[in-house]
Amino acid sequence: MGLVCRVVEEAGIPTVCVSTGRDITTLVRPPRSYFVNAPMGNNFGAPGDRETQSRILRAVLDLAVEAREPGCIVDDPMRWPRPFFFNPAPPSPEARAKQLKK
Amino acid sequence: MSDRPADALRPYVRYIDKTRSYYLSQGYAKPYAWAHNEDAPFTPLTKPLSASTLTIISTSEIAIKDDPRFADDAETKAVGHVYAVPSDTPASRLYSRTQSYDRYATTLDDANAYFPLDRLHEAAARGRIGRVASQCLGVYNAYSQRKTCERDAPVVLGQCRAMGVDVALLVPV
Repeated sequence: MGLVCRVVEEAGIPTVCVSTGRDITTLVRPPRSYFVNAPMGNNFGAPGDRETQSRILRAVLDLAVEAREPGCIVDDPMRWPRPFFFNPAPPSPEARAKQLKK
Repeated sequence: MSDRPADALRPYVRYIDKTRSYYLSQGYAKPYAWAHNEDAPFTPLTKPLSASTLTIISTSEIAIKDDPRFADDAETKAVGHVYAVPSDTPASRLYSRTQSYDRYATTLDDANAYFPLDRLHEAAARGRIGRVASQCLGVYNAYSQRKTCERDAPVVLGQCRAMGVDVALLVPV
């Protein structure tokens, strides 16, 4: 998605990327990024937490206006209440079959 | 017990390592390589947000409940496909089909947590932004950087231009 940001921005439309993966964002460097240290899938806070969703959107809109430095990354102050680690899905049966053929 | 203070920031998840092992587990032969850029393009805003049109662009495989266009996975899940979701759809009718979220830590039950369409409409109602564009966009994650940059991103750009989008909010999931 950071790559899409770069192409759209380069063509003249400002973008903000709302990321939950700081290492990826740092590497890809979208023009403006707002990093939320939340589990992948909850870029705007926990399900049902309307207040946090509104607060993060406000911060994202502020960043759209205030950013001056290309590639800037702003960190959201939220601390997710529980540790999280992200474990991707286990291999699908199709992927297993493909691997066994190699 | 951790000796980390209770209010310390959580360490960042190392998604780059995890993505590599994920793609290898899914049968891709080569380790996934992320793009690495030292600098970034930059376009300043040309008008106030209160006069600007905004849209949301998402890789959450966002879909509309009970909408036949999303019933056929073969059509809508073509890798690299870019598609539109009317922005007057209430978020309560939206759901995500993606598997690539942290299912052990959270859910995708509330679309506003990753596709904040209701919140964006509220920002328009308050006058913080001018308006929400007629469509939001979904983009499928492509394994190939070249396909993302040369095939999908130009489609996204064309649709943004056609809708008169002034600022795009991109939300990767």
